[in-house]
Amino acid sequence: MNIKIATSDLNLYYGTNHALKNINLDLYENQITALIGPSGCGKSTYLKTLNRMNDLVPGVKIDGKILLDGEDIYSPKVDATLLRKKVGMVFQQPNPFPMSIYDNIAYGPRIHGIKNKARLDEIVENSLRGAALWDEVHDRMKKSALGLSGGQQQRLCIARALAVEPEVLLMDEPTSALDPISTLKIEDLMGELKKKYTVVIVTHNMQQATRIADYTAFFLVGEIIEYAPTTELFSRPKEKKTEDYITGRFG
Amino acid sequence: MNKNTPSIFANRKRKSAVEKTAQYIFTGCGFLAILAVLSITAYMIISGTPALFKVGILEILFGNIWTPTADPASFGILYVILTSIAGTFLAILIGVPIGLFTAIFLAETAPPKLAAAVRPAIELLAGIPSVIYGLLGVMILNPLMYKLELKIFEGSTTHQFSGGANLISAVLVLAVMILPTVINISESALRAVPKHLKSASLALGATQIQTIFKVILPAAKSGVMTAIVLGCGRAIGEAMAITLVSGSSVNIPLPFNSVRFLTTAIVAEMSYAEGLHREVLFTVGLVLFAFIMIINIVLNRIFKKGAAGHE
Repeated sequence: MNIKIATSDLNLYYGTNHALKNINLDLYENQITALIGPSGCGKSTYLKTLNRMNDLVPGVKIDGKILLDGEDIYSPKVDATLLRKKVGMVFQQPNPFPMSIYDNIAYGPRIHGIKNKARLDEIVENSLRGAALWDEVHDRMKKSALGLSGGQQQRLCIARALAVEPEVLLMDEPTSALDPISTLKIEDLMGELKKKYTVVIVTHNMQQATRIADYTAFFLVGEIIEYAPTTELFSRPKEKKTEDYITGRFG
Repeated sequence: MNKNTPSIFANRKRKSAVEKTAQYIFTGCGFLAILAVLSITAYMIISGTPALFKVGILEILFGNIWTPTADPASFGILYVILTSIAGTFLAILIGVPIGLFTAIFLAETAPPKLAAAVRPAIELLAGIPSVIYGLLGVMILNPLMYKLELKIFEGSTTHQFSGGANLISAVLVLAVMILPTVINISESALRAVPKHLKSASLALGATQIQTIFKVILPAAKSGVMTAIVLGCGRAIGEAMAITLVSGSSVNIPLPFNSVRFLTTAIVAEMSYAEGLHREVLFTVGLVLFAFIMIINIVLNRIFKKGAAGHE
């Protein structure tokens, strides 16, 4: 399997708070990798280093290397907008723009310079199909995206991320604000998504990790305790701390 | 009945007296405000309408000759109305972009320390008495305008020289005066845009500027509209500063003409006007009042629309 993102000796500080400690992690292409661990363990922080969304936090300091297809994403030569086009993100809370459904999806392609109406129509349709939302919204594309249900909004956000044709998709607890049926729909979607994308998902829900992830990394107070194929990590954890966490003894 | 437990029946007389008095005071104060608005409206209508009929509505509103003390007198305030509209419009045209960009700077792009230094300066700008703006205009703007006027109209026989007290001076002073209103209200509107929208845009690979203009500004639209309308209200109602810099003679509102606004007409003439002239000045006040009412109604509409849009 190809390594899509290789992280080596990554350290991240929020001021004096050492939030990520010596992270070494290889994320594989076209696989779903779940990041699990208790609140505040650094899994979301790590996820945001992958598209440099941490840059927006004042006082953040990062050292170490993260190679995306062999290119260091923290090199001064990197254009963060090109990085983020390649590494898309879906947030915990559905966050559609206060615009129509169509304009939400077309937003990304438009800012990256696509103006042709036919081309945009095609991208919007493909993206919505890719996020399993097309059938539900194709007859109300001009309506506000804020009128959709929470689950639909989250799939809209996935479609919006897909519309800029990323290669990696970061998902930060994408179903934690959703009801069980919407969650199921998004989990079903993941299986499809990994055929085209490398998916990294942060989740609080261990059952979710076992259902969808090929690999799982267990984080604890800023460190990776264990990283293994999901079935292995959950059935034969090598570390005592992992076993304690997945059996619900803490966290 | 068990005598040992405290009774829940209130000592009605004493308590209710305090409660009732407080209630009456609050209600009274509330009505005082309404009474003030109603009486001002009534007074403006009562004192402003008679002249409209004595002189003729069309003659006042659409007449362009203002010679109130001549014989026979003429009371056309068209140029005065046009000056107020043009002056306000131009001040908005200049002040709103500057104010909006300042607000964007403060809310989005400024380093926090710099923003913390600029913000009090803007608040101070709002607190400066308007007559001070006028004085600065007289000292700085008018001489500059006069030089410009001399250059542009060199050798002209038709131009009436204003000495620099002209529409441009008034517009520039007004534009600066509306800045604090526009900046403060737009900045709070921009700050109220949820941060997650900004994150969403940046995560799609948008630049900061693209994010500001395509996501944050549209999301703050109703607040920015409010800022513009309030700026309008401030500009059209301003008298003191512009009476000093505008030259205050009734002319068609062209850039280098000395002009008179609705407000400055009242300020300049009320002290010596009598009879019908005085009544017409009240009509001028009524026209100004009507403009401000219209602006307020528009403002309320925007507020309501904004509120409905967020639901």
